[in-house]
Amino acid sequence: MSERDIPVTEDELHAFVDDQLPAERRRAVETWLAAHPDDAERVRAWRALSEQIRDRFGRVVDEPVPRRLDLDRLTARRPRLVIMGAIAATLLAFVGGGGAGWVAHEAFATEMTASETLRDDAVIAHRLYTKEQRHPIEVSSNEEHLMPWLSRRVGTTLRAPDLTNLNFRLMGGRLLPGPSAPAALFMYESASGDRVTLYCTPLKVANSEMAYKEDEGAGSVVWTHDDFGWVISGPANKDMIKTVAAAAYSQIETW
Amino acid sequence: MNAFRQSIEAMIPALRRYARALTRDADIADDLVQDTLVRALRAERLFVGGDLRSWLYTILTNLNRNRRRALARKPTITALMDTATEASGTEAEGRDIAQALAALVEDQRAALLLVVLEGLSYREVADIQGVPIGTVMSRLARARAHIKAYLEEGRPALRRVK
Repeated sequence: MSERDIPVTEDELHAFVDDQLPAERRRAVETWLAAHPDDAERVRAWRALSEQIRDRFGRVVDEPVPRRLDLDRLTARRPRLVIMGAIAATLLAFVGGGGAGWVAHEAFATEMTASETLRDDAVIAHRLYTKEQRHPIEVSSNEEHLMPWLSRRVGTTLRAPDLTNLNFRLMGGRLLPGPSAPAALFMYESASGDRVTLYCTPLKVANSEMAYKEDEGAGSVVWTHDDFGWVISGPANKDMIKTVAAAAYSQIETW
Repeated sequence: MNAFRQSIEAMIPALRRYARALTRDADIADDLVQDTLVRALRAERLFVGGDLRSWLYTILTNLNRNRRRALARKPTITALMDTATEASGTEAEGRDIAQALAALVEDQRAALLLVVLEGLSYREVADIQGVPIGTVMSRLARARAHIKAYLEEGRPALRRVK
């Protein structure tokens, strides 16, 4: 049986329209369509609607890419410098080179501990999402499934701390990829428009105490406890952040 | 910028086009693309090669499915707003094809757009949607049948409730 004799299938008609038909079947399909006006009409209609779709949306690729999609903005993070031991000494000697001598690596090498990496991730998420006007959070605090959903995904029963005494209202939350497991991000907003976030995720690491840090307009406190990490982020206002963190901490640790 | 990031950057216009056709709202579309890019960039260390294009489309398609599922749980009014016609409607024909697409079941719409608008092969679409090629063909056939009926009769074709 030659190629032309194998009956033309419905799938082949679609493949014909989409230019995904093997060359040897094109002729068979063309012959078929010449003999089957109903199929020919459908093929014509499918081609026309493909054209309509391309005409309607094709021009989007020519639009200038909005700044919010700039990759450097989306990954604005300091390079993680993890230097250890002999390699560090050699590297620093090389860099320190001509005249500055080199300093013992303990003084210069910046080791990103797990909790500092967590802080980094949380502040990045904080910056990214608190800027949003329309979509700062994914699920609002009105939704009953907010906590069950995030708890299920993060892997532990979560309860967003109540910060209303500090004039912060819970807006809602979203799910993010964390360093080793999904992370939940809760966002709160004050009447004056300040936004703070609580980022939490499982993290196998030793318990660490709260430490405040500021970086380019954002203040944060991180702590880890029971293989779980928490970060409060907000404006670079030490008192505000520490107060919020203390309130959150006290509620969380008494769950 | 390394090769991985350059490849991702090169894909942004196409991802915007796909997202715009999938969601019909320019802001929601760019939200989806932004979320896709953030996830892709974070997973650089996990990406051991393969088809970056398909991978990006997969992330975006899945993000939209999650978004639609979250929307489905909200009151009807929000779901209606999501399928409302864009304010910047063009000719009547342009508006109709967009409405026709909006009336499709999401998997069918995605399959049709990936083939027709993004020019992906059936094999690639099957990988992106995580289904056999036969399922892609069936979605394509139903999408085309529904849209053809909608455009010819000027009203939404019957949607089969899953």
